[in-house]
Amino acid sequence: MASVFSPRRLPGGYTKFSVNEVAANHSVPDRPVTPEEITRRHFLEKLCIGLTGICAAILGIPLVGFVVAPIFRRTTGKWISVGNITDYEIGKTVSVTITDPSSLPWAGITAKNALWLRRVNDREFTAFSVNCTHLGCPVRWLADADLFMCPCHGGVYYNDGTVAAGPPPKPLIRYDVRTFNGQVEIKTMAIPITTRL
Amino acid sequence: MKGLIVSSWRWLDDRLGISALIGPSLKHLVPHDARWWYVFGSATMLAFIVQVVTGVALAFSYASSSSQAYETLEFITNQAPFGSFLRGMHYFGASAMVLMVGAHMAQTFLFGSYKYPREMNWTTGVLLLAFTLVMGFTGQLLRWDQTAAWSVVVAAEQAGRVPLVGDFLAQFILGGTTIGGATLSRFFAIHVFIMPALIFIFIGIHLMLVLRHGIAEPPVAGQVVDPATYRADYEERMRKTGHPFWPEGAWRDFVVGTGLIVVIALLAYFIGPPKLDDPPDPSILNADPRPDWYLLWYFALFALMPPQVEGYVMILGPVIIGIILLAAPLLNNRGERAPSRRPWSIAVVLLSVIMIGALWIEGARSPWSPNFDPPPLPQKVVGARSGPVFEGAKVFRDRGCLNCHLIDRIGGRRGPDLTYIGDTLSEGDIIIRIVNGGVNMPAFGNSIKPEELAQLTAFLQSRKRPMPVGLETTHR
Repeated sequence: MASVFSPRRLPGGYTKFSVNEVAANHSVPDRPVTPEEITRRHFLEKLCIGLTGICAAILGIPLVGFVVAPIFRRTTGKWISVGNITDYEIGKTVSVTITDPSSLPWAGITAKNALWLRRVNDREFTAFSVNCTHLGCPVRWLADADLFMCPCHGGVYYNDGTVAAGPPPKPLIRYDVRTFNGQVEIKTMAIPITTRL
Repeated sequence: MKGLIVSSWRWLDDRLGISALIGPSLKHLVPHDARWWYVFGSATMLAFIVQVVTGVALAFSYASSSSQAYETLEFITNQAPFGSFLRGMHYFGASAMVLMVGAHMAQTFLFGSYKYPREMNWTTGVLLLAFTLVMGFTGQLLRWDQTAAWSVVVAAEQAGRVPLVGDFLAQFILGGTTIGGATLSRFFAIHVFIMPALIFIFIGIHLMLVLRHGIAEPPVAGQVVDPATYRADYEERMRKTGHPFWPEGAWRDFVVGTGLIVVIALLAYFIGPPKLDDPPDPSILNADPRPDWYLLWYFALFALMPPQVEGYVMILGPVIIGIILLAAPLLNNRGERAPSRRPWSIAVVLLSVIMIGALWIEGARSPWSPNFDPPPLPQKVVGARSGPVFEGAKVFRDRGCLNCHLIDRIGGRRGPDLTYIGDTLSEGDIIIRIVNGGVNMPAFGNSIKPEELAQLTAFLQSRKRPMPVGLETTHR
């Protein structure tokens, strides 16, 4: 195919686009090629391609398996205590910090997480994920306004987690919460991901 | 001495074949009138080289561990010699790369250079644009602070909307079901190994295609691209009027490239790297995650878009844009190249710039975000020292109204400016709005006390334009 490197049209010998002139000019032997040679070449071509495929599989399968492994790592929620029942005032919503019990040892402070815990009455608590259901940003509790607000795109939720304004498609996700032996316990869970369009 | 150097070079060149390898590339003929419009591609490549060099340097001290990365960044920024400067170079180099690749793409499109036979030049360039943006985003995440950690969550949330596989994609991004030990290291691998390797490969292919097909000449109205004759015509013109790339064509690339590096260095020195936010502790909730400037327009898009279509745009938007960009030269690869004969091409570029620019400005202002820390309204603005208006002003702030509404330029911009709301809404209207809420406004009927409602209404009714001088006494 003609190109700007075609030697016939460029002056000054500038157009020789060959790394190895000898190899380029002697790629075909100056003797007739026998049918056996052609068969052998075809075999060797297929052999090389096949071996390349085997090498790629040997390297590629563990690579892909290793990289996508987190997708299939299932972690079950664990009940963890977040303090005494008496630590929380009725009608108040407060942030509670928890540490992911299934975190990797080198997670450091990223193993921490927070949730909004509301004591509804003597025995009843509600725990909300801090993640806005719009795009996951951390919502803040404005106690006097009695609202959760999201800093990213302006999502607003009422104190029961239902959507008050903005783009969130659904209420704040709730944690399972229970009281046990005078303690408030939260069941850890994954970051809630909104999967519907 | 000179003879020894020359003979040594000849020996090396014979054994290594350097001249044979790069000589033809350097001496290939380029259009004599390909001047300053043609510098953006090489400027992009130079910005990438800046990124590689500064990135390698930073990697000597950066630890890609979720628990340690922040500390190493603090060390690089505050203690390591040249650390702050290198971080600044890396940041402004990334900005330069995004700007230059955008300019290169716009110039290529306007000049119709994507047409026959350079369709694959364009296609590989589109992929390089995508790789550049991925590098920008993953690079921001490696600045492993609070914003970076929350940006990972935002990315996972967006990926989660993909039908069928969204949950898997989100977990792939997070490295599990939450932010943790596996999160940062996978972005480090993507940013430092996978994407640079892809960029190297595709820059190689892109340059090979530039050499194979030659540099497109500046377009001339009436000089149409006809695949049947284009190559022969181009070669003929090159033979007659072209000149070797080195040095006649290359000197402008060197001038612009040097200018680019100087500007990057000056910005890095005088402005410095982006400040580190708080540590990446997901339990600190006073976070305000924002992408770096080159993705701010995308951030704005999701605040301004109707929620009903948002999910579709989030998923289908990038796919459709990608398909259009990749398919553009296949749909229209012949005919006129001159922008004067392709006015729609000017419109496309202008509209793109205006759209992204407008979204960028809105993203920088973020009027949809509440103002979480508005100052109290001064007495001069409130206009009372006691009584219902004074108490209403306190309710206005305490109840979060000031987070979303402006009074005399104080407060948030989420909702309407209420500086003169007393002129437009009656007492009844105000009460209805507060109790029932409205578009993008919560209803306060269940939480506000009757006396607070009365005080708040009194305050809002008092928000009126000042009377013109002269009429004031008449009305009173």
